[in-house]
Amino acid sequence: MEKPLTGNFRADKEAVSLAEYERAGGYQGLRTALHMAPADVTELVKKSNLRGRGGAGFPTGMKWSFVPMGKDAPHPKYLVANADEMEPGTFKDRALMERDPHQLIEGMIVSAYAIDADIGYIFLRGEYERSYERLARAIAEAEARNYLGHNILGSGYSLILHLHMSAGRYICGEETALLNALEGKRAHPRTKPPFPQVSGLWGKPTIVQNVETLCNVHHIVNKGPEWFHGLSKTEDGGTKIYGVSGKVKRPGLWELPMGTPMREILEDHAGGMREGLRFRGVLPGGASTDFLVEEHLDTPMDYGNVQKAGSRLGTGTMVVLDDQTCPVGMVWNLEHFFAQESCGWCTPCWSGLAWTEKILFAMEQGKGSTRDLDTLAFQTKFLAPGNTFCAFAPGAVEPLQSALKYFADDFRRHIDEQRCPWRQ
Amino acid sequence: MATIFIDNAPRQANPKQNLLHACLSLGYDLPYFCWHPALGSVGACRQCAVKQFRNERDTTGKLVMACMTPVAEGTRISIADPEATVFRATVIQGLMQNHPHDCPVCDEGGECHLQDMTVMTGHRSRVYSLGKRTFRNQYLGPLVNHEMNRCIQCQRCVRFYREYAGGRDLNAFHLRDSIYYGRHEDGVLESEFSGNLVEICPTGVFTDATLKRHYTRKWDLQMAPSICVHCGLGCNTTAGERYGSLRRILNRYNREVNGYFLCDRGRFGYEFAESSRRIRYPLLNNEAATKSEALERFGAVLREGTVIGIGSPRASLEANFALRTLVGSDRFFAGIPDKDLHLLSIMLRILRDGPARSASLDEAEHSDAVLVLGEDVTNVAPVMALRLRQSVRQAPMRIADGLHIPEWLDHAVREVVQDAKGPLFIASPYATKLDDIATTTYRAAPDDLARLGFAVAHSIDATTPEVAGLSSELETMIAEISAALLGAKRPLIVSGTSCRSPRVIEAAAQIAWALRKAGRPANLSFTTPECNSFGLALMEPQPLSEAFRSIQGESVSTLIVLENDLFRRAPASEMTALLSGVQHLVVLDHLVNATTEASELVLPAGTFAESNGTLVNSEGRAQRFFQVLDPSTDVQESQRWLREGSVAAGFNNQAQWQTLDDLITAMAAEITAFGALPMVAPSRSAAGKIAREPNRYSGRTAMFANISVHEPKPPDDPDSALAFSMESGPEAAPSSLTPFFWAPGWNSIQAVNKFQSEVGGPLRTGDPGVRLIEPSQESGWQYFTAIPPQFKAQPGEWLLVPIFHIFGSEELSRHAQGIAQLLPHPYVALNPVEASLLGAKAGEQIKVAVEGALFELEVALRADLPRGVAGLPTGLPPLDGVMLPAFCKLAPTGAELSARGAS
Repeated sequence: MEKPLTGNFRADKEAVSLAEYERAGGYQGLRTALHMAPADVTELVKKSNLRGRGGAGFPTGMKWSFVPMGKDAPHPKYLVANADEMEPGTFKDRALMERDPHQLIEGMIVSAYAIDADIGYIFLRGEYERSYERLARAIAEAEARNYLGHNILGSGYSLILHLHMSAGRYICGEETALLNALEGKRAHPRTKPPFPQVSGLWGKPTIVQNVETLCNVHHIVNKGPEWFHGLSKTEDGGTKIYGVSGKVKRPGLWELPMGTPMREILEDHAGGMREGLRFRGVLPGGASTDFLVEEHLDTPMDYGNVQKAGSRLGTGTMVVLDDQTCPVGMVWNLEHFFAQESCGWCTPCWSGLAWTEKILFAMEQGKGSTRDLDTLAFQTKFLAPGNTFCAFAPGAVEPLQSALKYFADDFRRHIDEQRCPWRQ
Repeated sequence: MATIFIDNAPRQANPKQNLLHACLSLGYDLPYFCWHPALGSVGACRQCAVKQFRNERDTTGKLVMACMTPVAEGTRISIADPEATVFRATVIQGLMQNHPHDCPVCDEGGECHLQDMTVMTGHRSRVYSLGKRTFRNQYLGPLVNHEMNRCIQCQRCVRFYREYAGGRDLNAFHLRDSIYYGRHEDGVLESEFSGNLVEICPTGVFTDATLKRHYTRKWDLQMAPSICVHCGLGCNTTAGERYGSLRRILNRYNREVNGYFLCDRGRFGYEFAESSRRIRYPLLNNEAATKSEALERFGAVLREGTVIGIGSPRASLEANFALRTLVGSDRFFAGIPDKDLHLLSIMLRILRDGPARSASLDEAEHSDAVLVLGEDVTNVAPVMALRLRQSVRQAPMRIADGLHIPEWLDHAVREVVQDAKGPLFIASPYATKLDDIATTTYRAAPDDLARLGFAVAHSIDATTPEVAGLSSELETMIAEISAALLGAKRPLIVSGTSCRSPRVIEAAAQIAWALRKAGRPANLSFTTPECNSFGLALMEPQPLSEAFRSIQGESVSTLIVLENDLFRRAPASEMTALLSGVQHLVVLDHLVNATTEASELVLPAGTFAESNGTLVNSEGRAQRFFQVLDPSTDVQESQRWLREGSVAAGFNNQAQWQTLDDLITAMAAEITAFGALPMVAPSRSAAGKIAREPNRYSGRTAMFANISVHEPKPPDDPDSALAFSMESGPEAAPSSLTPFFWAPGWNSIQAVNKFQSEVGGPLRTGDPGVRLIEPSQESGWQYFTAIPPQFKAQPGEWLLVPIFHIFGSEELSRHAQGIAQLLPHPYVALNPVEASLLGAKAGEQIKVAVEGALFELEVALRADLPRGVAGLPTGLPPLDGVMLPAFCKLAPTGAELSARGAS
């Protein structure tokens, strides 16, 4: 099976060097792209049906097509790699950046070329120090080889790439909050419309794209959209880096065809549950996705099918809940995280999540009441998409709303017994 | 206009607005917090949710935020929709989660937007039972109080303070449900507009610290429409009183003048009226006297020999006119130095005889290219600075336009515009606070500023005189300025009296006229130093030097000084000598000052709060203020003292003036420029009775029960339709007589929505005030030809220019308790290069000899001062009698320096 994204990874977990990368065909995609018209690169990406790997799954080529092109387009234009991987349970971008940094850089140059961007940024999560070191080195190498900088490989196209380490905060992963942070402002999301494609970083056309998405681009240019479709088991093209965390035998990451069934990932690759533990549920795409349970295990892990099952593919990195872990405690932990990370901009988010978190904590302390259940259910509706300023809060309550459905008995027991049944 | 459907009713709405703005303008009660008509929409609070439907068949609809949704033809929304109603109540529930519910002890209680909106949404009972976040509050200075626990995170404070007013020291810290709005550490807020936080904050986080010292609920205040007396702009205010003392000033919306905001001098300066220097009863030879004793003496001295009067630029037209009538127009003198009267006359002539009109402040804000010539706008006319700060947003708005981002979508506009700013050129003797948004700044001595102005005019119209000997750098700057002004749709030239230079004013006019000639609708905005400078000048008083001459020449037996400390108009030595030549000195004023101390008879003159009167602002707009304090004390308005004095003297020229309207009618008949004065506000008989006290005014029968249990009859007000009572007629008050903004369900200042023809637009019966000055339609005007020579620094001599301080340079507000804590110490400002030549270091004392006076002052270094120029804080004792600019000599404290200069 072809693994375009992780195929070059070294067994010793060191970064693929520039020489190794080039030997394996690296920067060929860039050379090919530089001989194409930018619009043709976008067209290829459109045909490939590459969808955003950061969670929302927006078609990449379509996003690029909103960027103003041509002589009258405003400049500088920007391409930003969203490397602020802060979704709990998600660690796929980290692997891509630490182990094959040139792959991201090449993907970025080709993408930047497609939208005629002048400046690129990698907005890197503040804790990813190893990624920072390896990317910084790879950028310097790429500059030395004129893959970056002025007049790239004599093509007349120039791109400056900056590596920016975030000062922290989950909300910086929201693309417009990221832009505010990059401008040195408070990281709260921006009004949309206008979308960043039109008015983004410093008011200029900007594309923000997840790391994994960008890593696919030059492969598509190199091998074509049909090849990309062929990698997948479903209509969404390409491979996907799936991850599993929780009490499974072998937590980790695997690059598999898009649409690989959840059961296959959990059982064949992650080795199933640890001895003595039973599977109870899974957050399929990171902390801000709805729980799926036993009955959904045969769901193919792609955008459409996970949605049909009642959740989202998200980042494709699963967090598994077992029967020895308190679901209320787990949800409290998640909501605590989200309440802490609310940027405080819109009322439903900062008030609703704080309330939600405090109720769940009280329940875990044996102080829950039946009315609390109504409040929790109400808050999940109150924080619905459109009611809040951005998608943060609606995502934050997804694990809660599904937990209330699938683990209702566990919530009930906390209230009836006035304690957490999992605690001694 | 577009037809939209609100709960199925077709309504007309402006497609350039958002749905919230439209709904409010149409009179719907739709709650909101983060939106403000002056700040636009950011969609943070989610309070204004409505249900929007795709078309008439759509019965499901979806929730949208009204403030973030544009009005479009056929838009269908429901405010009453149950889902939207529940959502809005739930948002309030969220906002209230951490709110301390301390309304009874909160200064905002009773005029709180949060209370109003909470009631409006119907959220009544508390479900949330868990902990609340708490904060440590900060000391933000003597003007604004901080109570962060009440915060609902609407973002308005930082949006106003930083984005709108350009402040830097208030910010949002932390995140989630515990954002902290404050400074990085305790300390006085640096913005000149910090007091607006009191009104912009929808709840009690930022409250008026001066009100707190003598607190009264809004409903217990007796209020009247007033005009700020602390600079020449004439911002409209609401003054509030209780128990005979002035309690606070609020902004009174007038779109053409102050809009939604005041400066801190205007908001907090009122405390001078309660200062310990206040004159509350007549003084006869420095002894307290009764009113009848005072009038008896006044009448006696009036009958004795020659009587002359000196008027005042800070007294009303009525008071000045009463004095003028009493002494006769040939013995009525301007209470300002001849030079200043001359400057005012030049400006009036320019605005009346030339083709360029004076801009209202609203027009100034909407100018798309501005040149400031010789003014420190922030410290001289602060609200104009706030307006000009918005003007630089005009030109870049086309960037947003090009992307179809509506002007009201505030953050989207700011994100796309970024740092782009429209042209604003500032030419001034020293750096000003507006420089941070200026395209280019130029710092020079007044003569050189005038030369720049004349050169810009010449570059626009070559028929104006050329300025010789300009550097190539200056030529480039001049070309840049003239190109920007010519390229603008609404160019504005700002100048005024701050440099005390006729040439600077003429140069400003020259540019505006050249632009007019080139077909650009250029306007002029002049600053005037005091609240009625233009009013006094329009009265065409005799020059002050003539008063001096008559005192020295013939024997003047009585001099009446109206609301004027003459020791601020000339050096103390000259003034003392002069006043000793007068047999009887009668002074009418509010506060003890050097002039009152020198006088035989002091009459306690009402301040703006105890008087009715008309002021003419720097736009040339006549505006009327009305008495708010109970008149039954010895303090009365100057015109009443003067009339009663003249009656006591047996004169009959004022006897028939029973009321304010009588006086105004007489003034309009006698002085052509004042013909329109009766239109400034309806006469007493033309308007129905208007209560100064709100419906909920409490304690009416009990307030003075410790003195008498009999309820006193409310004092009569012969001067206006305003009544010292809770009783109103059935009609709504006209805008010029609106004593407060209050509407059912809208108890806070935001009730102004209900008084505007559309939210953010003119008041329903028109913005108050009548412009007395309009350009003539004749084309007989001539360009100015007198161009001053280049300023040359003389060795051993410095040109002292006035440095203005918002707190300190103005006479009355200096005595306000809060502002008094913020006054600068007297100093002399020097360029570091020149200071080092003198061997002077910052903080050290240095001798300054100027205009025959000698001072020892602390040295302050200002690198922005041009060579050969030094600065002195103007209006600040003991420097307030020094008429600047003037040449001075400087010497170290050890060296010999006489008042005449170095020996």
